[in-house]
Amino acid sequence: MEQTGAQIIWECLLKMGVDTVFGYPGGAILPTYDAMTGYPVRHVLVRHEQSAVHMADGYSRASGRTGVVVATSGPGATNLVTGLATAMLDSIPLVAITGQVGSGLLGTDAFQEVDITGITLPVTKHNYLVTRAEDIAPAIREAFAVATSGRPGPVLVDITKDAQQGKATFEWEKAMPTRHLRHIPPFPAAAELERAVAMINEAKRPVILAGHGIQLSGARAEVLTLAERADIPFAITLLGLGAVPATHPHSLGMMGMHGEAWVNQAIQEADLLIALGMRFDDRVTGRLKAYAPDAKKIHIDIDFSEFNKNVPVDVALGGDLLQVLRAILPKVQSARHTPWLERINSWRGDSAVRDIKNLPDDGHLYAAHVMHDLWKLTKGAAVVVTDVGQHQMWEAQYYHHDGERSLITSGGAGTMGFALPAAIGAKMACPDAEVWVVAGDGGFQMTFAELMTAVQEDVKVNIAIINNGFLGMVRQWQELFYESRYAATPILSPDFVKLAEAFGVHGQRVDKRADVASAVAAARAAKGTALIEFRVEQEDSVYPMVAAGAALHDMIRRPSPSPLAETGADPV
Amino acid sequence: MTHVLVVYTDDEPGVLTRVASLFRRRGFNIHSLTVGPTERPSVSRMTVVVDTDANTARRAVEHLRKLVNVLEVQQLGQHAKVVRDLALIRVSANATQRSEVLQLVQVFRSNVVDIAEDSLVIECTGSLGKIEALVDTLRPFGILEMGRTGAVAMTRGLRTDPSLVSSSEPVRAESSQSMSV
Ligand SMILES: Cc1cc2nc3c(=O)[nH]c(=O)nc-3n(C[C@H](O)[C@H](O)[C@H](O)COP(=O)(O)OP(=O)(O)OC[C@H]3O[C@@H](n4cnc5c(N)ncnc54)[C@H](O)[C@@H]3O)c2cc1C
Ligand SMILES: Cc1ncc(C[n+]2csc(CCOP(=O)(O)OP(=O)(O)O)c2C)c(N)n1
Repeated sequence: MEQTGAQIIWECLLKMGVDTVFGYPGGAILPTYDAMTGYPVRHVLVRHEQSAVHMADGYSRASGRTGVVVATSGPGATNLVTGLATAMLDSIPLVAITGQVGSGLLGTDAFQEVDITGITLPVTKHNYLVTRAEDIAPAIREAFAVATSGRPGPVLVDITKDAQQGKATFEWEKAMPTRHLRHIPPFPAAAELERAVAMINEAKRPVILAGHGIQLSGARAEVLTLAERADIPFAITLLGLGAVPATHPHSLGMMGMHGEAWVNQAIQEADLLIALGMRFDDRVTGRLKAYAPDAKKIHIDIDFSEFNKNVPVDVALGGDLLQVLRAILPKVQSARHTPWLERINSWRGDSAVRDIKNLPDDGHLYAAHVMHDLWKLTKGAAVVVTDVGQHQMWEAQYYHHDGERSLITSGGAGTMGFALPAAIGAKMACPDAEVWVVAGDGGFQMTFAELMTAVQEDVKVNIAIINNGFLGMVRQWQELFYESRYAATPILSPDFVKLAEAFGVHGQRVDKRADVASAVAAARAAKGTALIEFRVEQEDSVYPMVAAGAALHDMIRRPSPSPLAETGADPV
Repeated sequence: MTHVLVVYTDDEPGVLTRVASLFRRRGFNIHSLTVGPTERPSVSRMTVVVDTDANTARRAVEHLRKLVNVLEVQQLGQHAKVVRDLALIRVSANATQRSEVLQLVQVFRSNVVDIAEDSLVIECTGSLGKIEALVDTLRPFGILEMGRTGAVAMTRGLRTDPSLVSSSEPVRAESSQSMSV
C-alpha cells in the first residue's frame, strides 16, 4: 500500500518506538504535521527550536532513549544549530527532522531555503538531504542507527516538501541499515589487554578517571568492581557525575578546573591513570606538559580518534567500555592500597576546612549553601539539570550524585539556556523523577519562555534560580584575570516571582539561609512547575580553581584563613 | 612528513565536502586530494596526501572511519606503493632554447604536448619527487604556468579491493599497533 512521505516519517518513528517529539511547525514541514494527527505521538510545542533540541537532549540523557526533534526549513532549521552542537560535543543521541523547500527549488534561494545539511555538517554525526518519498524510510532508520551506535551523537534528516507529499510503499525491512556497521573495530588484542592488566596489578598509586562513557556504555557495575577489588579511588569528570556514585567509599569527587584540590593532587601524584570513557578535555587536564608526569596511562574509549589526542597514553584499548572491562576484570587481582588512600585523605581534610559550605550562617546566602541544602532536602535523589556558569560548578561540588543519569548538564559546549528545556525533556522521559533546574539569572533569561511549554504540557519541574546579579562565571574571570573590570557582566532580571505568576506557576523568593528549607518544601509540594529565586552573595567565586595554563595541582584555593578554620571538617 | 591515505567512499553527492570539512575542522593539513571513480560503479576512491606527524595521520584515519559514507581507509605508509601525479607545465623557450628543453624532457621521460613560438607545454607523470625535479630543472627557462592533479596512489602487489578487506583487518591491525606507543 502506498503512503505519503509524511506518513512514512511517522510510521518510521513508531517503529523506532518514539512516542514523544519536540518541535515547531512551519510551511516546509506542514505535510508532516498534518499527517501527525493520525498517529499516537505526543508533540511538545516549544517556544524556540533551540529548546526543542535541548528537550530532546534532556530526554535522551535522562533515559538513554533517542530524542526526536521536528522543525521547519530556513530559520526553523538554523535555530537547531546550537542544540545540535551541544549534543554533539557531549555524545548525545538524537534525531532531528527538518522540512526543506521542494526539490525543484533547491539551490534557488527559495523562500525559507537554507542549506541546513551544509550548515550542520560539523555539528552532527551525519546528515541527510532526502528528496524522494521512497528514500525517507532508509534515511530515518539509518539515522537512528548512526545516532546510537559507536560513540553516540545527533543526526539530522532534511526532507523536501515534495518528498513528504510524494507517495511510496513503506518497506521497513528493506530499509534495514548496514553502513553504520562498516567500521566495527576489532576487539583489543589479548596482548594489549594483558599489558593493561599487568599495569593495574603492579600499580602502587592508581587512580581511575571516570567519564561519561561509563554512563553511555552502562558499565557502572564493572567500574565499581574494578575500584573495589583493586582498591582504586576514582576521580569523576563533570559528565561522569552520577555514572558512578559520589558517596561510594572510593569516590574522590570531581576532577579538573573546579575539582577539589585533593582530587587533582591525587591525579598528579598517581603512578597509574585508568581513563574510562573520558576524553581528557582541557578543563580536566590543566597544562598538558605538567599533567600526571609520573603516571602510566591506560585509556579505554570507543572512539579511536581520542587516543593520544591530548594526553599520550601507554595502552589504548579501543572498544565499548563494558566489553573491555569484562575482558580484563577476571585477571585483575585484589589489592589494598591503604597508604595511598590515606595520603589522599590527608589532603582532603585541609580542603574541607576551607570549604565555604562550612561557613556559619552570617545572614548572607551563599549558592554553596543552597546546593548543599537542596542535596540534603531531596536526599540526593533528584535529577538535577544545571545551566552553565558558577551555579553549575557549585551544584557539581555540593550536590552529591549517586544515581545514574541524575545530573544533566552541558559540559563540552557549555550552552547557557540549556537547563530549563533539558529539564522539561528529562521529566517527560522520566515522569516519576523529581526534576530540579539549577540556573543562573543570566542563563535562565535565555530560554525562560519554555516555562509556558511546561505549563501547556502540564509538566512539573522545580526551578532554583541562583540570582547573583551578574554573569557570575565571567565576572569571576574578570575579578581574577582582568583586574575586576566588570565589562558587560552586571545583569538585571525581571521580578522572577511576578514572572512565575504571569506564567501561572508557583513562585517564591529566598534571601536567607533559614528560609531555604521551607521554600524547597513548598516548591516540591506545588502541583505544577515551581520556581524559587535565591538571592545570593553577588561577588562570590567558585573555588578551588585551576587558572588557564596552570598545572592541574596549581590551584587557586578557597580564601584562607577561613572563619571556620577551627570548626573542622563536615564529612560530607 | 607526508602520509598517503586512500579512502573508499560511497559515490554520493556531498561526500567530498564531508571529507574536506573534516580535514579543515581538525586542522589536518592537506597536501593534495584527488577523487575519481573506481572499478565499482557505486564506489569512489580518494587519495589524500597529508602533511603531518604520524600520530595526527593516525587520528585522521580514525576520523575518516567514523564517516558514514566511508567504506574503508588505508594508510599506505608501511606498504610498498605507487604514487603518481600528473603535471602540465608551460615553460618559456624560444627557438634557440627549444632543443635544450626537449632534451631535458626526454631525460625525464615526459612529453611535449604543445609547441608555440615562445613556449612549450610539457606533460609529466611520475612520483612527486620526479615532478619536483623536473620543475626545478625547467625553472631557469621560466615557468609560465603549471597545473597538477595531485597524487593518486596504490599499493604494490597486494590487492586492496574494499570488498575483500571489508572486515578492515589488515589496516586495523597496523593502526592498533601504532596506537600502543
Ligand atoms: C563552566 C564549565 C566548567 C567546567 N569545569 C569542569 C571541571 O572542573 N571538571 C570536569 O571534569 N569538567 C568540567 N567541565 C566539563 C568539560 O568541559 C567536559 O565536558 C567534561 O570534562 C567531559 O567529560 P567526559 O570526557 O567524561 O565526557 P565526554 O566529553 O562526553 O566524553 C565521553 C568519552 O567517552 C567515550 N565513550 C562514549 N561511549 C563509550 C562507550 N560505550 N565505551 C567507551 N567509551 C565511550 C567517548 O568516545 C568520549 O571520548 C566544565 C564545563 C563548563 C561549561
Ligand atoms: C550561550 C552562551 N553564551 C555565553 C557563554 C559564556 N558564559 C559562560 S558562563 C557565563 C555566565 C553565566 O551567568 P549566569 O547564567 O548568571 O550564571 P552564574 O555564572 O552567575 O551562576 C557566560 C556568559 C556561554 N557559556 N553560553
